[in-house]
Amino acid sequence: MMKVVTANRLFDGEVVWLGAGGRWVEDLGEAHVLETKEAEAEALEEGAASADRQEVVDVYSIDVTVEEGVLIPVRFREQIRAAGPTMRLDLGKQARRRVNAA
Amino acid sequence: MYRYDEFDREFVLARVAQFSDQVRRRLSGDLTEEQFKPLRLMNGLYLQLHAYMLRVAVPYGTMNSVQMRRLAHIARKYDHGYGHFTTRQNIQFNWPRLDETPEILSELAEVEMHAIQTSGNCIRNVTADHFAGAAADEIADPRVYAEILRQWSSLHPEFSFLPRKFKIAITGAPNDRAAVQVHDIGLQLARNEEGETGFTVYVGGGLGRTPMIGRKVRDFLPEADLLAYTEAILRVYNLYGRRDNKYKARIKILVHETGLEELKADIEREFEAIRGGILTLPKDEVDRIEAYFAPPVFKAPGDESHFAAAIETMPGFADFAQRNLNEHHQPGYTSVTISLKPIGGAPGDASAEQMDVVADLAEKYGHDEIRVSHEQNLVLPHVLKADVPAIYQVLKEHGLAEANAGLVTDIIACPGMDYCALATARSIPVAQRLSERFGTPERQKEIGDLKIKISGCINACGHHHVGHIGILGVEKKGKEFYQITLGGSADEKSSIGEIVGRGFSYEEVVDAVETVVDTYLNIRSGEEEDFLQAYRRVGETPFKEALYGTQ
Repeated sequence: MMKVVTANRLFDGEVVWLGAGGRWVEDLGEAHVLETKEAEAEALEEGAASADRQEVVDVYSIDVTVEEGVLIPVRFREQIRAAGPTMRLDLGKQARRRVNAA
Repeated sequence: MYRYDEFDREFVLARVAQFSDQVRRRLSGDLTEEQFKPLRLMNGLYLQLHAYMLRVAVPYGTMNSVQMRRLAHIARKYDHGYGHFTTRQNIQFNWPRLDETPEILSELAEVEMHAIQTSGNCIRNVTADHFAGAAADEIADPRVYAEILRQWSSLHPEFSFLPRKFKIAITGAPNDRAAVQVHDIGLQLARNEEGETGFTVYVGGGLGRTPMIGRKVRDFLPEADLLAYTEAILRVYNLYGRRDNKYKARIKILVHETGLEELKADIEREFEAIRGGILTLPKDEVDRIEAYFAPPVFKAPGDESHFAAAIETMPGFADFAQRNLNEHHQPGYTSVTISLKPIGGAPGDASAEQMDVVADLAEKYGHDEIRVSHEQNLVLPHVLKADVPAIYQVLKEHGLAEANAGLVTDIIACPGMDYCALATARSIPVAQRLSERFGTPERQKEIGDLKIKISGCINACGHHHVGHIGILGVEKKGKEFYQITLGGSADEKSSIGEIVGRGFSYEEVVDAVETVVDTYLNIRSGEEEDFLQAYRRVGETPFKEALYGTQ
């Protein structure tokens, strides 16, 4: 199995994933991949503790997979969350990535 | 237009102060998310896929240029430079930050706007005909009663925790442009034989997972009884509406499970107990509210030779004049529909710049009035016909002149999975692809009147059940899948569309809709028989055969 823990940041709603060392990251590529049930449970607990500290809301885990060396969510909904609206490539994370790449 | 009195002003300002404090307490941890969520929803603030979403009320779809400019300003300062006009005649901002919403609400309050009752299990903002006060076929201006209902329902202590949300729509004309029969309460203004004003009342209409057409409970309710009778309906609903199952909690289910006659008797009993009391509408109060909606001081008809000349000479203007103007009761005047459905565009989206342009036009040519239609377009309700060519020219320069009101590309679509946390499939890209497929003026004209409506989940914000062609996006085995319904409509002869057969993939759905449209073109008795008439004449069989073959 491959999972990551996700949430929305409280103050601005930004989609985030749990990265290394319990830090929330804005790019899925930096998320910490969980390969066992135990690791998932631990990460969810870490996420819940962060929610209790008013850092994020709506903590849950999602299935991910690797395609051509890139981490992508399995569900289409989560793919959209990780990128931005599919008809507005100038908005959301996908837009920032394009700016960074340019 | 309605202007806030002292009470309204203080009420809205108090709410802004209260919400600012609630946000502060949420960020500091004094409120948990569980405690805060119902509070933010009461102020129109949702958490969607990518960000928060703020839904701002445009009561009965009416606003002025100052308000529109403020929306443009908010789009620029706190969002990504655009807003989305909805089927509830509201506007949604897709990217605000939680910590900035108090500031947004306070900027809105300065121009008499707010986000109250745009969410939650309360009586929502009352919607009305977007041509209210202008249409030639109107009996009386429905906004007068919409405003009276707003004042009665705002924070009504008895109805702040209903079993589920409650939507009231009102139309002032026999041609229903407010879809009243698919609302919890639908009101149609009427005159009795004595020439008095009153309402035909429908109860229990609604879309969502269990679509139903409202049932008529009163042929003619006298004007003075509007609030008492509405309160009686709400009391019966509040008492008997189901609270055990969210999906069975709307009043339509109560009507269905109780039976119309019994429920009507319950309502009448409650009404008898309260009629003639404090809720009786005094005539002078109706007159006072009516004065706010007094028609502007109309000018004499202008020189319409420009208009006639523009039909001949200005490219695209003849089509625009044919599709996007609605007959006005005042000689020399017309109402202009500003389409927010450019070919290939996202239905209902307007950039901050476009909002400013519409505000300028309303100020210069339109007696400072703007409407939002439930079909996700904007309207200048009062303009001189002589000014339409000049207006058209400006609209054209800003991508707002699509001559497609009521045509196949004038599609209603909910935000769908590109934004919405509840959605199971995308809606906007399907609308965009359909718009491109049918987008040439010739093709649209050939097809004629046709309403396509798309929802990205069963909650039906895109009104797919009442689309002549309805499209519902669902998730099936991890993929988007689209079900097509035919024969729905949301006018004075409302009907719920019927599912035509198995659904189609995201890739297939546009071809499937084209097959349906081509079938209509083949079977229609003539150009004057529109899609809905043809469907009602022949039924689903030819469409089914065209889509799935003869089995």
